[in-house]
Amino acid sequence: MAAVTKQNVNAAMVFEFMLKVIDVMQSYFGKISEENIKNNFVLIYELLDEILDFGYPQNTDTGVLKTFITQQGIKSQTKEEQAQITSQVTGQIGWRREGIKYRRNELFLDVLEYVNLLMSPQGQVLSAHVAGKVVMKSYLSGMPECKFGINDKIVMEAKGKGMTTEDPARSGKPVVVIDDCQFHQCVKLSKFETEHSISFIPPDGEFELMRYRTTKDISLPFRVIPLVREVGRTKMEVKVVLKSNFKQSLLGQKIEVKIPTPLNTSGVQLICLKGKAKYKASENAIVWKIKRMAGLKETQLSAEIELLETDTKKKWTRPPISMNFEVPFAPSGFKVRYLKVFESKLNYSDHDVIKWVRYIGRSGLYETRC
Amino acid sequence: MTDSKYFTTTKKGEIFELKSELNNDKKEKKKEAVKKVIASMTVGKDVSALFPDVVNCMQTDNLELKKLVYLYLMNYAKSQPDMAIMAVNTFVKDCEDPNPLIRALAVRTMGCIRVDKITEYLCEPLRKCLKDEDPYVRKTAAVCVAKLYDINSSMVEDQGFLDQLKDLLSDSNPMVVANAVAALSEINESSSSGSPLVEMTPQTVNKLLTALNECTEWGQVFILDSLANYSPRDEREAQSTCERITPRLAHANAAVVLSAVKVLMKFMEMLPSDSEFVTSLTKKLAPPLVTLLSSEPEVQYVALRNINLIVQKRPDILKHEMKVFFVKYNDPIYVKLEKLDIMIRLASQANVAQVLSELKEYATEVDVDFVRKAVRAIGRCAIKVEQSAERCVSTLLDLIQTKVNYVVQEAIVVIKDIFRKYPNKYESIISTLCENLDTLDEPEARASMIWIIGEYAERIDNADELLESFLEGFADENSQVQLQLLTAIVKLFLKRPSDTQELVQQVLSLATQDSDNPDLRDRGFIYWRLLSTDPAAAKEVVLAEKPLISEETDLLEPTLLDELICHISSLASVYHKPPSAFVEGRSGIRKSLPASARAGSEGVESTESQAAPAVIPAQDSLIGDLLSMDIGGPTVAPVAAAPAAPFGSAAMDLLGGGLDTLLGETSSSPAPPSALPASSAALLGDIFGAPAASATYVAPKTTWLPAEKGKGLDISGSFVRRNGQLFMDLTFSNKAMQPMLGFAIQFNKNSFGITPASPLQVQSPLPPGVAADASLPLATTGPVQKMEPLTTLQVAVKNNVDVMYFACQIPMHALFVEDGQMDKRVFLATWKEIPAQNEVQYTITNVMHSADSNFTDTVVSRMQQNNVFTIAKRNVEGQDMLYQSLKLTNGIWVLNELKIQPGNPNITLSLKSRTPNVAEGVFQAYDNILHG
Repeated sequence: MAAVTKQNVNAAMVFEFMLKVIDVMQSYFGKISEENIKNNFVLIYELLDEILDFGYPQNTDTGVLKTFITQQGIKSQTKEEQAQITSQVTGQIGWRREGIKYRRNELFLDVLEYVNLLMSPQGQVLSAHVAGKVVMKSYLSGMPECKFGINDKIVMEAKGKGMTTEDPARSGKPVVVIDDCQFHQCVKLSKFETEHSISFIPPDGEFELMRYRTTKDISLPFRVIPLVREVGRTKMEVKVVLKSNFKQSLLGQKIEVKIPTPLNTSGVQLICLKGKAKYKASENAIVWKIKRMAGLKETQLSAEIELLETDTKKKWTRPPISMNFEVPFAPSGFKVRYLKVFESKLNYSDHDVIKWVRYIGRSGLYETRC
Repeated sequence: MTDSKYFTTTKKGEIFELKSELNNDKKEKKKEAVKKVIASMTVGKDVSALFPDVVNCMQTDNLELKKLVYLYLMNYAKSQPDMAIMAVNTFVKDCEDPNPLIRALAVRTMGCIRVDKITEYLCEPLRKCLKDEDPYVRKTAAVCVAKLYDINSSMVEDQGFLDQLKDLLSDSNPMVVANAVAALSEINESSSSGSPLVEMTPQTVNKLLTALNECTEWGQVFILDSLANYSPRDEREAQSTCERITPRLAHANAAVVLSAVKVLMKFMEMLPSDSEFVTSLTKKLAPPLVTLLSSEPEVQYVALRNINLIVQKRPDILKHEMKVFFVKYNDPIYVKLEKLDIMIRLASQANVAQVLSELKEYATEVDVDFVRKAVRAIGRCAIKVEQSAERCVSTLLDLIQTKVNYVVQEAIVVIKDIFRKYPNKYESIISTLCENLDTLDEPEARASMIWIIGEYAERIDNADELLESFLEGFADENSQVQLQLLTAIVKLFLKRPSDTQELVQQVLSLATQDSDNPDLRDRGFIYWRLLSTDPAAAKEVVLAEKPLISEETDLLEPTLLDELICHISSLASVYHKPPSAFVEGRSGIRKSLPASARAGSEGVESTESQAAPAVIPAQDSLIGDLLSMDIGGPTVAPVAAAPAAPFGSAAMDLLGGGLDTLLGETSSSPAPPSALPASSAALLGDIFGAPAASATYVAPKTTWLPAEKGKGLDISGSFVRRNGQLFMDLTFSNKAMQPMLGFAIQFNKNSFGITPASPLQVQSPLPPGVAADASLPLATTGPVQKMEPLTTLQVAVKNNVDVMYFACQIPMHALFVEDGQMDKRVFLATWKEIPAQNEVQYTITNVMHSADSNFTDTVVSRMQQNNVFTIAKRNVEGQDMLYQSLKLTNGIWVLNELKIQPGNPNITLSLKSRTPNVAEGVFQAYDNILHG
């Protein structure tokens, strides 16, 4: 996708908008492919017409767009309906329509964290950060106001001062130091700035409530210890130790360690204590997969790599060992403290709402140099 | 439900078939046909022939069909303007449709049809839609005004749409406000007059800030971008605006964040940099900027380019965030390169170890461009952070050992720079470098290596052999290498004359006889002549101490940087170029940062004209060369050198003359300054019957900037009024060891709006130990700001070394203007009018008292020469009373009464002015003039 301009436009806005257009199109017709574009060209025209006017992005929220741009063509609307559409497109709460009803009020919170790590061969952490997001799926009636509480250090300290003299960090409740966070447009930012409370009227269905980043006190779920030895010009020995570093009762899943091999590898002999390992010539790497691994365990893999003799002077530059995993906790220590729902007009209270919270820690770019 | 079938028909006679389908009675058929037309249009087929038929379908209550027809119209109206008129009626009708979606659609489409005849009809519906009850229609209409302005700007101005648009800024609906702001910004940006048509007031800003909390992410971007163009009146407003914008930094949309950063960076300029608020804001800015780095690569790139600017402007913000700029293995290359650049900018003593180990890691990667840049970055680290130089050098040596060709070459290039920065420190590594001589195949690396050999020829035993080996293929080398080789061999010769004579002759004849490159030939001739006439001088010239290379070679020029800061998040900030460099046809308004509250931080503009004097000598030497060549011929060097000398001096004269005319052209008063004032003084003297010996009082030059503070530059100066023009006479003395060049001057805002009327003209380069005079004409049209004391002028002078700041006092009499004579009656009336509390008294003591009775006349004439005019003279009880008036450059009148008693060396002076705080300066002036 490309954008053209004759002016000194806001470049960040252009890119953000294009990404948004992709979002919108995907939510309308799935994958963006030539075929899909051909199949939906009228719709695309209609969408573009609505979300962009004279180069100025307008309302791009899919939820709202879907209320009046449909694939079935426009239904004939009553005057009230039309007025409602326009007020919604331009309104203050552009992301939610009125009159939503559910028999069961339910909401799901997923705390999804991506741990990024760059570690030196000696085990020194070069950089580590967690990029987390809170995805909310809400099936709530009416126009509910939600209040969301987390164990953010600033909030907790403010609370701690109010209630007890004890330092909240020492009172047993772990806190998380959030470097920076961003919110969905439904969150009242000025309220967050002044009161540090996260309050919002959620869109219907799934949306990303907040994104955050932490760098302090990250518990790294796995540790990779590489040992590489070059034995002469045609042979290399690699030993990789993998340690899991979380509560014994928990299970890490979908573990995959990718050990890069030189381009002139001719053969690999592998021994691993757990899981399955394979040399994949197409990827120039040994891929070691472990389905499940409990906390505080250790396992290892050793490999003998045979190399072809080459005359190129260029040394093989060892790319880092990367790994993937999924663990059922938030490595940053992020905790949801509460999510309260208030709906003044309809008669359901906070207690009637069924709430689900789930924590998932995944690997982002989790690399160890070797 | 697939639309792809519409693309498939490619039969002949298609148009005809479509025509009949378009005229079909059945709605469904019609719609199908229009879709087919649009499909053909999309793939680029010309379906304009169907215009009338498609327009016929316009009158329908089916919104989807209508949209398609409108789409068609937008595309083809321009090619069929006459037929497009047919559609006007429907448009006008649609603008009154009960369905707001249709009203908005009609207005939106009409604005996109760039046909004059249609725009005429657009005005009325647009006016109505701007006041529509439905916000959806209003927000569409707001953008439509911008569209119309693009087509016909005068119509928008004449029809009062701008005012209507302004009214929308206070609309209750935030999205309407946002679009109105966007439209107004666009109109301001493209206004032909170059000045904004709609100025923002604090009230509108307040409304915008309120709307900011409620509108969509895009609306927030519009509002923030337009706020960036607003200049708050004072510090307080700037601070409160900043406070209200700060929450935006937590927005998920990178565009909102960057636009907020832009406003904050701009407004921060207005606040004192040591205030608590700025410190806390600086802290708040870092995390969101870091977060931008976890967005999509394209957005990341935009963010990085902007961070690059921000780091240059305010290094404090991100100084602790070095780690986030570490390159990730699978970053796209453009992100990698940009991160590397920022890493170097952030490198400091505290984090250099970390940076170095990272850079070393990068230097072993695969991407050639990236590796090269990483190696270069190591060199830059060494130059920037002195403490790290040693580690850098050893890292570079390690890299050279890898023998990867391009790494070695790049390393040698940067090692050359390190040698320039830290001479005589790391020669021990030269032998290692020499080992890699054969592998160098890039001109820059070869040239660098040769430079190193030449520079350290005395320590390399086989330097002659090495250079000789290069000489074999001299003709095939790149000119860069040839020039270096020539210089290096001459250096070698000067250091070891005994055994290298043959070599130097060889290279000189190669350069002068066998080369077509004028640069090379000239350099060859110069060396030749130098060596043959005066080897000692040659030594001084060729082996002269080189100026140290500066730390940051690739910083943006401060003025450009400031302008780019105003364009954060826009394309300009991505290109690092001002918008005028890539936007066509728009005059645009140059943006600049608001002046800071503090004087010192003002940037000094460099001026183009300084370059001129430097160029001329080069030309002259060229002339000399050409001449000597004709006369002597290169083989007989002494002969060639002899005639060159007189030519040289002739050239010097020429140069002098050239400089004078150059000065004359640029300065606003070309006449030689001495002639006129003298004659006018004489004339005046005649009238008053006084001897015309003394002329305008000129204060002696005082030292404004001592050499120890000016990094070797000593500036003394004074202010003079010549021929009705204010001048700043300056003497620049270079007390440093190196020549100085690139002089420029700038004043801070001052009480009298004094500003340079033309760029500073100083002899440049200014050799060490030389003092040069310069006369800088001044204008009084600059920005005004009251100083304490009133006559203080803060000056910044720039040269190649640094920017120096100093303050000096403008003597008040230099500001007395020539038309300061007041009419007698006006004088009387004014004297009475000014209240008594504005009267100030002063005694001028010990005025030189010639016994003659003409003393009073002397005072009159002397004051007159300095633009203090005597209105009346009376004799009361043996005392002489003088009534005098004067006017300052900024139009302030000062009325004086002088009491002179015969025999008394003291004069009593009473002064009245509406602005009595100038009194101090006026007394000082009287004192100086009468004593002088």
